[in-house]
Amino acid sequence: MSFVKKLKSGLWDENPGLVALLGLCPLLAVTTTFRNGLGLGVATLFVLTLSNALVSATRRWILNEIRIPVYVLIIASLVTCVELILKAWFPALDRSLGIFVPLIVTNCAIVARAELFASRNGIVDSIVDGITMGLGFAALLVVIGAFRELVGTVWLLAIVPPGAFFSLALAIAAKNHFDRKQQMHRRLNMPNSLRQS
Amino acid sequence: MSRVLRSGLTLAAIAAVCTTLVAATWHFTVERIAANEQAYLEQSLAPAVAGIDYNSGLLDSKLLIPQPHALPGSGDAAVYRVYRDGEPAAALFVVSARDGYSGPIRLLVGIGAGGDIAGIHVLEHSETPGLGDGIEASKSDWALQFAGKSLTNPVAARGGWAIKPDGGEFDQLTGASVTPRAVVKAVKQTLIYFAANRDAVFAAEVQE
Repeated sequence: MSFVKKLKSGLWDENPGLVALLGLCPLLAVTTTFRNGLGLGVATLFVLTLSNALVSATRRWILNEIRIPVYVLIIASLVTCVELILKAWFPALDRSLGIFVPLIVTNCAIVARAELFASRNGIVDSIVDGITMGLGFAALLVVIGAFRELVGTVWLLAIVPPGAFFSLALAIAAKNHFDRKQQMHRRLNMPNSLRQS
Repeated sequence: MSRVLRSGLTLAAIAAVCTTLVAATWHFTVERIAANEQAYLEQSLAPAVAGIDYNSGLLDSKLLIPQPHALPGSGDAAVYRVYRDGEPAAALFVVSARDGYSGPIRLLVGIGAGGDIAGIHVLEHSETPGLGDGIEASKSDWALQFAGKSLTNPVAARGGWAIKPDGGEFDQLTGASVTPRAVVKAVKQTLIYFAANRDAVFAAEVQE
């Protein structure tokens, strides 16, 4: 699959947050500002890409029974490294993300990509998958973070926790609406001979 | 090799590699992290000693006041003391107000040697965003009204140390009175403690 196609799938068609609804805990919890969304998005992207690469690289030696503990080890170590790096070079961001950096470990989007993709595909494809899926997740965090920060200045509801659910629901609704419109459009533009069949 | 043995060895090998990775990262970041934490502490203490003339290190003379003490909050309380040429200049109390709207409010109260407040600064809280979080310096100027106040200005004995709706002289926040009330009360309690223990606080030796 070409990179552009993969990118479209990560950002839109198979977006881990918007379509698969994975990793909702960090998604709902840290998206109070644009900056937080971007910070956690990039951290997740980094972990997802590296974990995909490592899972793919080791997949030949890992017996089926122990694959989950291996994912856990790999992901937990990567997250610890990311946390240390954030603390050392981006202390302000680390403080505002707080507990949600270590909690990247529990982001199901990462285990899901390891299990569904990286353990069955080559290392280059897995890295591409990590980047595109990570970008999709990060983009959603950024969009919701920016939306909540902006709306929050006039409407408090956007910043408090329920606002996160509403914002995500709006994003999913918007995506579905757009997809349906496109589908209708495609159907209408079909040649008559095809439409009747 | 049996599957069990092979699984165990694979896991052990991967665990060793992962641990090495974490250890290496820790090794390269540990000094920066310690420096960052020190800098952050200094930076968060600074607003509470604004206007105080001192020439001792801000973090050099930390004092732990063990329980039981009359300061707000449970657990041991911390005080940072600063001096000007060896003479007491100010004391910074790290206290927590426990009667806020949600959870403890960790608060820094800087008191000049004469008993006037140099500044207060909220370190940590979980008050409602948009309402009670106005106590934060980054959200509003509310905390600035404490600078220069003391137990005699406004007169604490006549109820001056309370928010305006309670008959005192301190502003509340729009839509939030519980949070400001808790902070005012904690600051007052700290001032009372300072008045009673001033000399002991400044004279105590630094504990390592």
